[in-house]
Amino acid sequence: MIEVSKLTKKYGDKAAIQDVSFNIAQGEVVGFLGPNGAGKTTTMRILTGYIPPTSGEVKIGGLDVFADSLVVRQKLGYLPENTPLYLDMDVEVFLKYIAALKKVTADKRQTHIRKIMKICGISNVSQSTIKTLSKGYRQRVGIAQALVGNPEYLILDEPTIGLDPKQIIEIRELIKSLAEDKTIILSTHILPEVSITCTRVIIISEGKIVAEDTPNNLENRLSGVAKVLLTVKGQPEKIKLSLQDITDVTEVNIKKTHPGGLIDLEVASQKEADVRKELAQTIVRNDWDLLEMRREVLGLEEIFLKLTTKE
Amino acid sequence: MRTIFTITLKELRSYFISPIAYVVFAMFLVLSGYFFSVILLISKEASFRGAASNIIITLLFLMPLITMKAFSEEKKLGTLEMLMTKPVRDIEVTLGKFLAATLLFVTMLASTLAYIFILSKYGNPDMGPIWSAYLGILLCGMSFIALGIFASTLTENQIIAAVIGFALVLMLWVLNWISGNLNGVDSELLSYLALSTHLEGFVKGVVSLKDVIYYLSFISFWLFVAVKSIEIRKWK
Repeated sequence: MIEVSKLTKKYGDKAAIQDVSFNIAQGEVVGFLGPNGAGKTTTMRILTGYIPPTSGEVKIGGLDVFADSLVVRQKLGYLPENTPLYLDMDVEVFLKYIAALKKVTADKRQTHIRKIMKICGISNVSQSTIKTLSKGYRQRVGIAQALVGNPEYLILDEPTIGLDPKQIIEIRELIKSLAEDKTIILSTHILPEVSITCTRVIIISEGKIVAEDTPNNLENRLSGVAKVLLTVKGQPEKIKLSLQDITDVTEVNIKKTHPGGLIDLEVASQKEADVRKELAQTIVRNDWDLLEMRREVLGLEEIFLKLTTKE
Repeated sequence: MRTIFTITLKELRSYFISPIAYVVFAMFLVLSGYFFSVILLISKEASFRGAASNIIITLLFLMPLITMKAFSEEKKLGTLEMLMTKPVRDIEVTLGKFLAATLLFVTMLASTLAYIFILSKYGNPDMGPIWSAYLGILLCGMSFIALGIFASTLTENQIIAAVIGFALVLMLWVLNWISGNLNGVDSELLSYLALSTHLEGFVKGVVSLKDVIYYLSFISFWLFVAVKSIEIRKWK
């Protein structure tokens, strides 16, 4: 359980984060989403006890992050922003060092690290110097060091930044597999990441929490209207008029007219109503040809833009 | 305690991965060997006194190069954040780094024992002043290290850390020069604070508790300031 209440961090007069409060239950995977400079890293640093908040408090497993700092840090795995690593060290030597710092007893260190390297897929580079590794491998080493000591809580700051698409998928799979027995917070400014890996999303913008929900609920809550996209063959104006007569349909727009009589339409309706059945029946009754129909739900990407861009 | 040792080992290892330690070590041997042999040739005296005074001057220049990366490199790489979010105390990290630099220094110093071996093989030196000079150099060198480690907490740039470290060490070395020429300032105090005044006794063969305590408190003070300096991030 992570309890964050009323965190504010000021640098001079400027507040990096303001009144940030949220709770994370055991076993949750929470995405911390926000554009660059929203205050994600500041929040992560406070959560891990690296810097103190100006006001507010953080409790992890019931313990205050600052008053019981050493105990909390023992239970915490943290991957800081940009994956800082000792570039001159070999992977295995590095992980052993971290294990010693995490108070893993000397006799268990070897097996513990072997296991982590296997989970993270870095066994094959265990003897390589970190600076010779690719970005993707370094990221895995970064996650591996966070896993050392088997922490209950995992805090990952931008774990997939700067990776190529294949590596991103691999890291996401890795995070998903870790979610089984850990409470995870990961920050990101990439939207698909949260909907793929997280059970809950907290969206932060300009230092404040602007939304907090499951990826699914967020989509529903924010899509005020549902849209149906149609491709129909027939006379544009007639189609438009008759579709508008259907109850719950609020608006019909002709998006495009193709040569040969094909028309792309966009039908907006009340959020809860599903008008697809009526649309299809109307079109068939009028002897027009229905070539395509699909319902469009607002993606997280759009929600994100809606939430974080000021009009 | 175990954490300090873990950090010391890691730091020692990283000294010998980077070329800096080797270069500093080698240059130290060249310079101290030169001082020893030249002074021996001129004075024709089986004594370590002249060489000892010059070895400490060499260290004045070289020690900041050993300590410069202690914290500045971690700051630059961002590893300080990773390290400090592990269950380690700030003081453990500082002491670990201090011990590592001290061990490297002790190794450097120990290699000059070859000169003593030569002295005692071909002459009949008075061993008392030699051992006291070694103790003095050791304590004084450790003071340089403590100050250098503090300097490296101030910046993420290793060169700047070395320059600040060197300037601080040199300033505190020659602080006594000004005593006697200033009105209104307690000249004895300045002379007491200077690093160099406390070494004289050791080199002459006098080990006084006062000097030992001076160096130990100098070391503790600057390590304390170093810990406070890395804790600046914890200011609200």
